[in-house]
Amino acid sequence: MSPRGKLTVAITGMNARADNPGPGLAVARCLRESGRSGLKIVGLSYDALDPGLYHPFCDSTYLLPYPSAGQEALRDRLLWIHEQEGFDVLIPCLDAELSSMVALEEELAKVGIRTFLPTEHQLQMRDKSRLSELAATAHVPYPETRPVTHAGFFYTCAQQGWGYPLVVKGPFYDAQIVRDPDDAAHAFRRISAAWGLPILVQRLIRGEEYNLTAIGDGEGHLIGTVMMKKRALTDKGKAWAGICVFDQALQDTADALAKALRWRGPLEVEVMRDLSGRYHLIEINPRFPAWVYLSAGVGRNLPALLLARLMGEDYGALPGPSLGTMFIRYAEEVIVPMEEFQNMMILGASARTEENRRDA
Amino acid sequence: MIDRPASGNAGDANGDLRLPDPALMARLAVSDNGFVFDPVSGNSFTLNAAGLALFRIFLHHRKLDDVFAEVTASFEVKPHEAERDILEFAAQLCANLKP
Repeated sequence: MSPRGKLTVAITGMNARADNPGPGLAVARCLRESGRSGLKIVGLSYDALDPGLYHPFCDSTYLLPYPSAGQEALRDRLLWIHEQEGFDVLIPCLDAELSSMVALEEELAKVGIRTFLPTEHQLQMRDKSRLSELAATAHVPYPETRPVTHAGFFYTCAQQGWGYPLVVKGPFYDAQIVRDPDDAAHAFRRISAAWGLPILVQRLIRGEEYNLTAIGDGEGHLIGTVMMKKRALTDKGKAWAGICVFDQALQDTADALAKALRWRGPLEVEVMRDLSGRYHLIEINPRFPAWVYLSAGVGRNLPALLLARLMGEDYGALPGPSLGTMFIRYAEEVIVPMEEFQNMMILGASARTEENRRDA
Repeated sequence: MIDRPASGNAGDANGDLRLPDPALMARLAVSDNGFVFDPVSGNSFTLNAAGLALFRIFLHHRKLDDVFAEVTASFEVKPHEAERDILEFAAQLCANLKP
């Protein structure tokens, strides 16, 4: 627990590869710029080359064991870091770790760590493999999707009514539009090598991609909705530039999903708007998106709102988002002294962590 | 009176002449220097001075004949040129404004 007037927040997802960044640094930036005094940010990540581990937004940083090491290893590491830093709040920012974090929620609460997470059931309901079920419950259009475990499917799929182009998707991350069987088989092998099976194959909806982020209150309502249209994409289809929009039809779509899920915690809803203006659900991510800094830019700082809610503070009525405000992402180099990298590799903690502890 | 365009691209499925949907026009944010932003779709485009003037006339009328009357009354323009510009502009707006 932090001393009076201080608040320590741990944030995961400090990976920030330029073409596909994690949300952790953006969440830290939102909190850093929220004007809250006495805030200490502890950055958590999985790879010593994750740039957020060395970024000045974080006061101290630590490595976590990869999710494949299991929940027990994650718990032991989190509790150890908590002993060093005494953090009050934990904001997980990666899909792959969410299930373990949800399972640890009670144990973390016992040592004074606050989280605002969905239940395991809610998490499963928005899993890619069950999204069609959820969409049907919420009466939201969803493109036909099927699991595939063998690349041979792509050479015979036309006989089953699956024409090209199609979308090939990983179980957690990654998606690629494919235009012929060879293209599809290549995408299948690439994505399954990284993320495992089954691969999901989805019919392509022609239109424009829109994303929405908000916080679910756990009772079926969304707080602080911010919508964004992608204006420029990376090779992976991630937003490189985006513009804040508002469409009541998209709000209604997201509200219907939140009501069906009774979602608790941050989320991102990804949709395609077809040529007639109808929204089709593509994905629901159980965390803030990497573009969440736009929420601060349009006057609805969602990570700050989450923190206020977790601390039981009154955050008042939210202003309407400033429509037309854009973000354009850029790559930035973080200079890492050898001592910091060395400490991260050997101790799993930054040199600044040691300095901070000495200062304290 | 405006004739039906050969391409029909400012018309509906029946080939009837029409202006862009007034509800779509009304939601646009338009700056004095001709920048147009659609806060629903997120799309934007720019208008030159003539386009901006025509856009403002479109905002006040529901019929192409009324647009034609105001344009020919307000600007020194030959009727056939006014007709061509109005039809082309209406077609471009229809193409840019998605529901």
